[in-house]
Amino acid sequence: MEEFTKGAAENLRTAVELMPTLILLVTAVGMLSASGALTAFSELAKPIISRLGFPAEALPLAVIRPISGSGAAAMFDSILSRVPPDSYEGRVCAVLMGSTETTFYTIAVYYAAVRIKAELPVFVTSLTADMAGFIFSALTVRLFY
Amino acid sequence: MLDIVITVIFILSVAYSIPAAKVGEVSAAAVTSCADAVELTLNLAGNMALWGGFLRVAQKCGFTDIVNKLSGKVLRPLFPGLAPDGAAMKAISMNVTANLLGLGNAATPLGICAVREIVREENAKSTTRNIAMLILLNTASIQLIPVTVAAIRAKYGSVSPWDCTLPIIANSAAALFIGILAVTAVFGRRKANVGISGGAAAADLRNSYACGSKES
Repeated sequence: MEEFTKGAAENLRTAVELMPTLILLVTAVGMLSASGALTAFSELAKPIISRLGFPAEALPLAVIRPISGSGAAAMFDSILSRVPPDSYEGRVCAVLMGSTETTFYTIAVYYAAVRIKAELPVFVTSLTADMAGFIFSALTVRLFY
Repeated sequence: MLDIVITVIFILSVAYSIPAAKVGEVSAAAVTSCADAVELTLNLAGNMALWGGFLRVAQKCGFTDIVNKLSGKVLRPLFPGLAPDGAAMKAISMNVTANLLGLGNAATPLGICAVREIVREENAKSTTRNIAMLILLNTASIQLIPVTVAAIRAKYGSVSPWDCTLPIIANSAAALFIGILAVTAVFGRRKANVGISGGAAAADLRNSYACGSKES
């Protein structure tokens, strides 16, 4: 009991320290989604992407996935309401959704918790892995089905 | 860098909303999102308190030693400069295990504990590399049971909602492998140049009590 409350108290303090960063990040992401800029960007990139064999349906999901977790879940839901879940496109979206995470949120929270500024290298390495995940998702689905 | 990212996002959304005639939506989103953020932090605070307390109890009764022993062979080579049986490695092993089991609510608090322990334990030379590796392990998110994805697939009448499990694991593993290569490429050569920018804050943190490792 005593050990538990000690650990809990320390973590509560950290949570309070995280709040300003999270407010800034979540507000920015909320505004970005509302502005429709992400959708416009996906529309622009669609022709290039579909030529590479990546389904156009999955692109908006790939764009929003590293930025917003709840946004990506809502997007995945709406894609599957249009595309059959067992189709090629549906499966690419499922693999994409399951194999990546909200990178910006993770970076923001972890760095804020130790009061260190996140520098460029950490964005480069994490986003490289995300990009690889997006490209591989189309290949993986072709390989498995 | 994060401040630049956030600034760009703000400018982009405001700039795009004007020709797209969505100024109203964007300002409404600003108001609701910042309230959402407080709710999100409160949820996170509850989870952090719960799992921070759990981690301390687990450490006292030796549970984290067992997890660390089991996962050590795979995880240790990824984190050079950390003591094999130190508090940081133990927290990392707990964080990775929570991710594997798909315990999203536990993974973030345990990850925060891990990142604090890394900073407390290490010399500044390899700290940024190890934090980048920890973030990578969390964002590549190797998950044994993709609950959320399967649930949404089942909702729209998938014949076998779980048949995406293997591809998801394979895809995460491939992305993680590329990420590990990227971390090695970016940090491997110029370790000495990549110091901590908030050195004083880190030293201050090192002296404070963090996530149940230090006797108080």
